[in-house]
Amino acid sequence: MSDKKNPGDKASLTRRALIGGMAGTVLTGCDAFQESETGRSILFSGEKINMGLQRALMDRDALAREYSEAQMSPRFRANGTRDPGTPDYAAHVANGFADWRLTIDGRVDRPMSLSIAELRAMPARTQITRHDCVEGWSAIGKWHGPQLATLLKAAGLKSDARYAVFRCADLYRGTPYYESIDLIDAFHPQTILAWAMNGEMLPVAHGAPIRLRVERQLGYKHAKYVTGIEIVPSLKPIGQGQGGYWEDRIGYDWYAGI
Amino acid sequence: MHGARAHKESILAEDESYGGARPSARAGEMIRRHRLPTRIWHWVNVLAIVIMIGSGLMISNAHAHLYWGIYGANYDPSWLDPPRFPGWMTIPTDYNLALARRWHLTFALLFAFNLALFMLLSLMNGHVIRDLRIRAREVSPRHLWADVRAHLKLRFHDADNPAAYNILQKLSYVGVIFIVLPLLVFTGLTMSPGMNAAFPFLLDVFGGRQSARSIHFICCWLVVAFIVVHLLLVVLAGPINEIRSMITGKWRVPAEKRGEGA
Repeated sequence: MSDKKNPGDKASLTRRALIGGMAGTVLTGCDAFQESETGRSILFSGEKINMGLQRALMDRDALAREYSEAQMSPRFRANGTRDPGTPDYAAHVANGFADWRLTIDGRVDRPMSLSIAELRAMPARTQITRHDCVEGWSAIGKWHGPQLATLLKAAGLKSDARYAVFRCADLYRGTPYYESIDLIDAFHPQTILAWAMNGEMLPVAHGAPIRLRVERQLGYKHAKYVTGIEIVPSLKPIGQGQGGYWEDRIGYDWYAGI
Repeated sequence: MHGARAHKESILAEDESYGGARPSARAGEMIRRHRLPTRIWHWVNVLAIVIMIGSGLMISNAHAHLYWGIYGANYDPSWLDPPRFPGWMTIPTDYNLALARRWHLTFALLFAFNLALFMLLSLMNGHVIRDLRIRAREVSPRHLWADVRAHLKLRFHDADNPAAYNILQKLSYVGVIFIVLPLLVFTGLTMSPGMNAAFPFLLDVFGGRQSARSIHFICCWLVVAFIVVHLLLVVLAGPINEIRSMITGKWRVPAEKRGEGA
């Protein structure tokens, strides 16, 4: 940019100030709206409408697109926690997750505690799917692991069971990560607990030894480093009540199908 | 035609008193220009589109790389890295992807259903057929060139039929209403993993989620370009008369500009 003045400067400055001022007024109004209780409830009502519409338009078991090996991302970006970094987790990495346990409890008839070896021995589903981050990027990878439905059927859900809450070993800014899905997604055929990725053991950066795949929703729902699945009748008493780490902290949609 | 007969407004019925159906209107006369559904659609759109653009620019800031194809992330080649849009352009003004998405995805419902309703009503009330239909003779190079020259001389109306849209107007309105805005809706839906499961063909139509995201971004700027030209022409054509016509529906036929015959 040149410092030299030219005759257009003043006019363009005024114009810019005017446009900026108008935009500023609109945007300041928007900021005030989202701070108000009514404004926030209107903004947040879109999630329920979108979820209702999407659920009405899709079959309960409608599948996410599956891709071929040739269509896979050459390099799959890791996001969120890339290594939980706790001494406890480091010890699990050191002994190949031999002592890792996955618990299933809460509103179930038969609480379970499974080793990684037991999980790996279960019938598994392999799927090449697209992972969509809330920020906008996508990566395609191959995931392999037992269907969550298999585990939930083995545990037997009580009649008031409504949600599956996933407890994770990673602390995000000092707080354990967690996520939750409802039973429609929990029993979806593509919802799996992946212990392998792209034909290898699940890497630490992607959630070793197990991560959730819930293919019809965005990346932050796909909990990594899963240690426990708690079946609950309501999300209200969990965390701050919004159903997930990011939902509680910054207001991401709990229904991340969009 | 209608004479002094009291006129009852109907949203649905074909209404001959509107738009290009009054070739006899003379300069200075007040005529009915915009139907009620058009006016409501227009102003709801002003609100919805300003919010969609502001929140959309914030969402772009979250990952300012655009790709073609079915996947695309940091290690993949992007075809465009949009600039970081400053706070005075974005909703909210401070970086907040969660709230930008709340704004965008809530007002997307208003925007999309408003558009669908306007399209349906405009088909039913004859607006599309009578005012927006492009006739073959209008798109002849000679006619197009004549209209470009007329625009450059700031002559926007056919003196013989002042309420009718000229061909450049028709092409831009039809292009925005029936191509760019629906493309924004459908590329938006294609970015939704839930909608991908519900309507997998969307992925095939647009060549993948990342292509859809790129097309969405391009269409956004086409809308911005349309708005700039639209506002400029409203100012040149007489802002008070034009804005009033979009509020009350009534439009004063401008005095004929002297010069070459139309």
